[in-house]
Amino acid sequence: MLKTEVLDIEKVRSDFPILKRKIHGKRLVYLDNAATTQKPQAVIDSLVDYYSRYNSNVHRSVHTLGEEATAAYESARERTARFVGSYAKQLVFVRGTTEATNLVRFAWGETNVRKGDLIVTTMMEHHSNIVPWQLLAKSKGATLKFVGLHPDGTIDMGQLEDLLRQSPKLVAVTHCSNVLGTINDVAAICAKARSAGAITLVDGAQSVPHIPVDVGAVGSDFYAFSGHKMLGPTGIGALVAKKEILQEMEPFHGGGEMIKEVFLDHSTWNDVPYKFEAGTVNIADAIGLGAAVDYLSAIGMAKVREHEVALLDYAMQTLSQVKGYHAYGPSDSRMKGGVISFNLADVHPHDLATILDEEGIAIRSGHHCAQPLMNWLEVSATSRASFHVYNSYDDIDALKAGLQKAGAIFKI
Amino acid sequence: MSSADIYRELILDYYRNPRNYGKLEKFDIDARDTNPLCGDEIELQIRVGEGQKIEEIMFAGKGCAISQASVSMLTELAKGKPLDWVKEVSKEDVFKMLGNPDLGPSRVKCALLGMKVLKTGVYGYLGAHYDDPDGSDAMV
Repeated sequence: MLKTEVLDIEKVRSDFPILKRKIHGKRLVYLDNAATTQKPQAVIDSLVDYYSRYNSNVHRSVHTLGEEATAAYESARERTARFVGSYAKQLVFVRGTTEATNLVRFAWGETNVRKGDLIVTTMMEHHSNIVPWQLLAKSKGATLKFVGLHPDGTIDMGQLEDLLRQSPKLVAVTHCSNVLGTINDVAAICAKARSAGAITLVDGAQSVPHIPVDVGAVGSDFYAFSGHKMLGPTGIGALVAKKEILQEMEPFHGGGEMIKEVFLDHSTWNDVPYKFEAGTVNIADAIGLGAAVDYLSAIGMAKVREHEVALLDYAMQTLSQVKGYHAYGPSDSRMKGGVISFNLADVHPHDLATILDEEGIAIRSGHHCAQPLMNWLEVSATSRASFHVYNSYDDIDALKAGLQKAGAIFKI
Repeated sequence: MSSADIYRELILDYYRNPRNYGKLEKFDIDARDTNPLCGDEIELQIRVGEGQKIEEIMFAGKGCAISQASVSMLTELAKGKPLDWVKEVSKEDVFKMLGNPDLGPSRVKCALLGMKVLKTGVYGYLGAHYDDPDGSDAMV
């Protein structure tokens, strides 16, 4: 089978200290990247460097440490925005994708969604792109409708167009499914939604870490992603939005930093994006995200994608040889992010994960925070292997051997 | 202990051929719970007979081998026992029944889901409330 070496994998692996760890005496084979990725030394160093050299609050203090921390925080915003083809003034730092969708729910949804309005999302969404809209629909008396999928795990565009004819207020869709890996044509979806008068939100939690993303080309009003899934720290992510919409929106949290002037009876709001960053922000992790962006930029996102496509092709061929193996989602690697969901005969994914863990292999098992999609697939759970830059062909061979062992234990 | 020991013949047998699986036409107790961690789902029904005895007991559900084997074995153990027996059942009893496999903290919840549903149902029937000491409700 073809094993193209897109990256200098040994060099890349040496950048990630955790990969030296042994699990139950075995080499760590980390295939749970859709849940969270490991961190390169450069990201870890950036956190230590901030706390040990220039820890200070931002945007207030005029002393040297304050100036340095502010410059580093704002530089991280600038680099992160540029990484997705946007501008610093359009990027709000949040805790992650979930906080981003909830920010939109409150700061945009509370004023713009009314009784009887329609909100549209799809059957392949993560709970973070479903539950906020359920809550918004409930509080406003609006309706939430789901676009169905084709058997190959792609969005039914005919159904979407039917729903667009009902003039929805908001269309919220994922760029890349965290279960099926399906890469959606979000540019086309956003263009159609905009023509129908809808505001659009794209969940980029599984796209920004894995494929080149240009939010301008996507054309959504809101684009959200998480730092910890792209080699950055936990607790930091971004909501990128058009400047006009951010200016019109109400604040999310009230407090320090987000105000311009405060009087006893009213306050005025700071400029965007600061209007949405109340309180002391997550300075260290924003700086860490900047370091992750630098690391990925040095490799190049086109290369990252090429590496993952090569792994996907190899994995889909290799794993399909295992007795009882059944995969979900698109089978064409060009339409698919670096994630494979599968089941092994009647072995429950949780039992499988326990057996694989003994071999040092980390996969995810369960509903992947996508229960409506699990129901659509008519399964209670799946196992999921997902890749990033440090994964190798050896990792996939190890997974295959692990699946064969599980098959032997369960007498498949 | 290796996974080959956890997934012994006994557990695989109860997983593939669950005893007391299905639903009762007439029942006095009906309890259901899920383990959101892995999507285990168990519904348990009991018909209470004379002397507050567990006359009939059936479960339905889906999930991992450990959760399904555990609840199936538990129903066999419970059948014919007085309801008060359910109050006495401990997690150690469940582990012993499963052959004391070395389960990690997350898999322990799979093993104990059946006991939780059983206790929730019986406590409710007796007018009490079962407060799960392991708080597996909180685990997502």
